[in-house]
Amino acid sequence: MAAHSAVLSASKIMNPFWVGRLGNTAKVFGTTLIRHRNKTSLTPPPAKYGGRHTVTLIPGDGIGPELLNHVREVFRFTCVPVDFEMVNVNSALETDDDMNNAITAIRRNGVALKGNIETKHTLPASVKSRNNVLRTSLDLYANVMHCQSLPGVQTRHKNIDIMIIRENTEGEYSSLEHESVSGVVESLKIITRNNSIRIADYAFKLARERGRRRVTAVHKANIMKLGDGLFLQCCREVASGYPDITFDSMIVDNTTMQLVSKPQQFDVMVMPNLYGNVVSNVCAGLVGGPGLVPGANYGRDYAVFETATRNTGKSIAEKNIANPTAMLLASCLMLDHLNLNDYASLIRNAVLTTMNETRLHTADLGGQGTTSEVVQSVMRVIQSKGQFTAEL
Amino acid sequence: MMALILFRTFLTCPDACVFQMVQDPTQFDVLVMPNLYGDILSDLCAGLIGGLGVTPSGNIGANGVAIFESVHGTAPDIAGMDLANPTALLLSAVMMLRHMGLHDHADKIQTACFDTIRDKKVLTKDLGGSAKCSEFTAEICRRVQDLG
Repeated sequence: MAAHSAVLSASKIMNPFWVGRLGNTAKVFGTTLIRHRNKTSLTPPPAKYGGRHTVTLIPGDGIGPELLNHVREVFRFTCVPVDFEMVNVNSALETDDDMNNAITAIRRNGVALKGNIETKHTLPASVKSRNNVLRTSLDLYANVMHCQSLPGVQTRHKNIDIMIIRENTEGEYSSLEHESVSGVVESLKIITRNNSIRIADYAFKLARERGRRRVTAVHKANIMKLGDGLFLQCCREVASGYPDITFDSMIVDNTTMQLVSKPQQFDVMVMPNLYGNVVSNVCAGLVGGPGLVPGANYGRDYAVFETATRNTGKSIAEKNIANPTAMLLASCLMLDHLNLNDYASLIRNAVLTTMNETRLHTADLGGQGTTSEVVQSVMRVIQSKGQFTAEL
Repeated sequence: MMALILFRTFLTCPDACVFQMVQDPTQFDVLVMPNLYGDILSDLCAGLIGGLGVTPSGNIGANGVAIFESVHGTAPDIAGMDLANPTALLLSAVMMLRHMGLHDHADKIQTACFDTIRDKKVLTKDLGGSAKCSEFTAEICRRVQDLG
């Protein structure tokens, strides 16, 4: 508020030409400040021009481009006030220019929606995973995944509702490896106090925000006494500041066993990078597969949304059989982040109606539907809600 | 005669592997992997088949040196009460017999053990029954005898 009134006072003694403009800027800036203070999540909302948001779109490889086209189709149909700035990142190129363009675009827009960029295993070790470069450059330190059982999907276990918070920037994904002696490779796993406190704090804040009762830290501190030991210690320290939330810890191998036998016991889980990768894929498998679960990567200043399990889906690309649910739900998470909650709820409900009531399923769920049929069904449900929409 | 062994790599292992394991574990046959992934995946698979109470394991070294063990805990709360499920340790012993080349004996004990569990008449508490450890073992012995 101080900045707001300071600008207005300054505007009183300035040329009237500038007053209106500065006043408007102050109003927008002031509103942004207030919204930032009231918002409990960590990332500030991005800039808005003419009432429309601009979001960076990175199609990626495999099924990414087709799924993101469907997202654009649904957004266009629902008249969502979001414009996409498409940035192509080509996994075949050896230079980093396209990656730098993408990072600059996300820095400019603040928000991105992306497909997975393929990391070829045949490339030399010095070439880092582009997805990883994106996450670390933008310091998207929290990967959040919400796994919920869907009534319309047949699974062995029911009533699963787990939030997984995975540290996204360090751990086993530090890309620090060396071969000092031929045939002997050393890989460095980096765990820092700062990042561990940061992710634990994020997990507890999110748990409190969502009314969750229990946070479980997943680790292997019995073996990696210093690395995971530090992570666990940081979690315990943060937990002491949240007496209303129960904190416990579980070793990662026991965690996977418990997940496949009694997943209902878990509420919120926080863990370092690699365990997060494994646990999130286990949970995705438990609720019906990678085609269903959206994921979000949050940093202090930026947010990037994608499918939770980050699959390229090369083998099913351009066959019109991929499940669009995960990407559509990821776009809803993005709309929530942009405070376009009404649009988010509308599209989310339409997707869930198609999944649970109409039960139009793609092949990964044992159904016969194609991707476009599912998307058409989603748009029909949106139209039936009576909102102003474009032509089908 | 050369056996044809199909070799696939899961290029995004362990993440792609685990969700496929959870959704359809029957597609897998033999998996080979480094230490940490093995730790995680072996417990995951144990969870899929009923837990550590029924999972055998073996540690094989050079020159045929091997230690076979059950990987469940020491369960101090039920120690000495004739309540424990001996399946994990028994099947580990079966693995040991195979390692020693005593396949007939191994097959007999394994069949007897599986048949006892399949029959569901004499089961320890963790498997949903009310039999003691000694009763469960006696039933397996009886079946071994019947198998000749």
